[in-house]
Amino acid sequence: MPDGTGTQFVRLAGLKRYFDVSAPWLVRTIEGRPRQIVQAVDGIDIEIAKGETFSLVGESGCGKSTVARLVVGLYPPTDGTIEFDGNDMAARHSRSDMAALRRRMQMIFQDPYASLNPRWRVFDIIAEPIRAFGLSKGKADLQKRVEDLLRQVKLTPADGRKFPHEFSGGQRQRVSIARALASQPEFLVCDEPTSALDVSVQAQILNLMVDLQRRFGLTYLFISHNLAVVYHISTRVGVMYLGRLVEVAPTETLFTRPKHPYTRMLLDTIPDLDMTGRQRSPVAGEVPSPINPPSGCTFHPRCPFAQDRCKAERPIAISIEGGTVACHAIEEGRLPVEERTYVANS
Amino acid sequence: MASQTNNPPLLEVKNLRVEFPTRRGTLLAVDDVSFDIAPGEVLGVVGESGAGKSLTGNAIIGLLEPPGRIAGGEIRLEGRRIDNLPYEEMRKIRGARIGAIFQDPLTSLNPLYSVGRQLVETIQTHLPLSAAEARTRALDLLKEVGIPGAESRIDHYPHQFSGGMRQRVVIALALCAGPRLIVADEPTTALDVSIQAQIIALLKRLCREHGTAVMLVTHDMGVIAETADRVAVMYAGRIAEIGPVRDVVKHAKHPYTKGLMGSIPSLGVRTERLTQIDGAMPRLTEIPTGCAFNPRCTERGQRCLVERPDLMAAGTSRAACWLHDRGGVGAPIVKEMVDA
Repeated sequence: MPDGTGTQFVRLAGLKRYFDVSAPWLVRTIEGRPRQIVQAVDGIDIEIAKGETFSLVGESGCGKSTVARLVVGLYPPTDGTIEFDGNDMAARHSRSDMAALRRRMQMIFQDPYASLNPRWRVFDIIAEPIRAFGLSKGKADLQKRVEDLLRQVKLTPADGRKFPHEFSGGQRQRVSIARALASQPEFLVCDEPTSALDVSVQAQILNLMVDLQRRFGLTYLFISHNLAVVYHISTRVGVMYLGRLVEVAPTETLFTRPKHPYTRMLLDTIPDLDMTGRQRSPVAGEVPSPINPPSGCTFHPRCPFAQDRCKAERPIAISIEGGTVACHAIEEGRLPVEERTYVANS
Repeated sequence: MASQTNNPPLLEVKNLRVEFPTRRGTLLAVDDVSFDIAPGEVLGVVGESGAGKSLTGNAIIGLLEPPGRIAGGEIRLEGRRIDNLPYEEMRKIRGARIGAIFQDPLTSLNPLYSVGRQLVETIQTHLPLSAAEARTRALDLLKEVGIPGAESRIDHYPHQFSGGMRQRVVIALALCAGPRLIVADEPTTALDVSIQAQIIALLKRLCREHGTAVMLVTHDMGVIAETADRVAVMYAGRIAEIGPVRDVVKHAKHPYTKGLMGSIPSLGVRTERLTQIDGAMPRLTEIPTGCAFNPRCTERGQRCLVERPDLMAAGTSRAACWLHDRGGVGAPIVKEMVDA
């Protein structure tokens, strides 16, 4: 809590999630193999204020989707706490208290083809959360609510009678959004909501999400690997690498004054649409396996600024320019902050 | 570039039509597509899913999935017609003269054979080399595409490689017999951003060194902007605009290309809203009369509803849009737009 005002809406502290991917017990015993643990999320702290859009970026396997699933409770955390509006989600709540909390957070998934039941009509898909949480006062009210939701996502009430396969990818994602909004949530976790869509459709969905946020005062946790999209939509951005948060900063700061070497590397990978002839230096190496992550700072094998300390000691996040960075080189002051400018795409 | 040189183009595609017979009638998936590629040139083909860009690539390498078939037009490689060759003849050209790189490197490699064996098999199919010579060539190729420790990695199986390394192996396979043209269909889509940059840089370097022409099929305008010399923008089975990459990216002539460029979030200026093209690309069964883009177009006129534009000169590019015809788009449409 940076200023101790207690206004943080969602708070993740020391959050960890490990997965056991060992071979079956018998195989392990016969072949003498050890247990194997994937440290998908390895101690992250995030605070999200009400009404903001917090984005998590990183390459595949960095644990960003695991964080999304932890936050909405699809996985229990191995360690650490998740607080939602001051309530510890792991504390014992009565069934009805828990349902009341769950109603206030919803999730939008990446693949609109897999996340809608193909045997249900769109009306029933959207009505499901309303029925489950007992929000409607009778049939006519339910009908009206679903029709309103369909209109809010720019579909028509007549679309409620259709099945998911009758829609295009973008329209299906609108149905997912309508379903997520059905329980009148305050917090939406969006896991790569536009990655499966074409760019022109992606623009429609991003615009819709911005409109809905303004209208309902929604708070978003937005997961994406697309930096241009993240730049467009976020208030603040967290960069993840191998289960850890390496840098958190307000969007403008992160893109114009990147600090962590991994953030700089990611920014280098954004294709240059402005044809400025900016030289991109493709980074050598690939993301190591999260089963045996490198010691110390997990980025050190790919980092051009790594020293002995980086190999031995895990860096602790320090506050800098309204954000946090976990990097020894920045902490020691041997790596100056880099200024970046972008030319607008006319 | 290609139009200025007097050299014959390496690949000529003329009035290509690809159709799919179905129970409910024949669907025209690629409709009257013409373009050519000069030796050593990188032509980007960009479009949204279903625009027909992959089908065009598959038609060129002769790998259209039945019941899809070439219904008209011709494809010439180095002046020789290749679209009507018998299967066995085409097999000799595929791999030897035209290489192919697909999106998913795991499915383009055989999981049961080591990468070395797959390389050697491909090399020996197309070049008269002994097993030992072929293996040496395979090793050289692996080194060339930047696989560290190629001597030991050559006997590894595809599952032992990471995604980026697998795509490097696939590129090595495509280069085996020294083809003049490589058809690369979404070569970086399945890869992480940091690996994407590596693969693009590799592809660019190799093609420059070998003088190989590339037809780069992708939906990613960023990849095209960085890699291609010219770009063709496809929409609903037709080419909407084709021209030098700089002109198309910075000064798009077709309303669809303009919308497409505007819908890509740009770094530098934070806008509230992105430009959006309303609606979606029509299904093949519901392609409107006139210009296929007209229901989504903000600049359409009466003429666009009835008459279908062919590619016409628009600055340094060519665009299929009546805006660039002397006759214009015709009278404005008074009726309010269907989708708000």
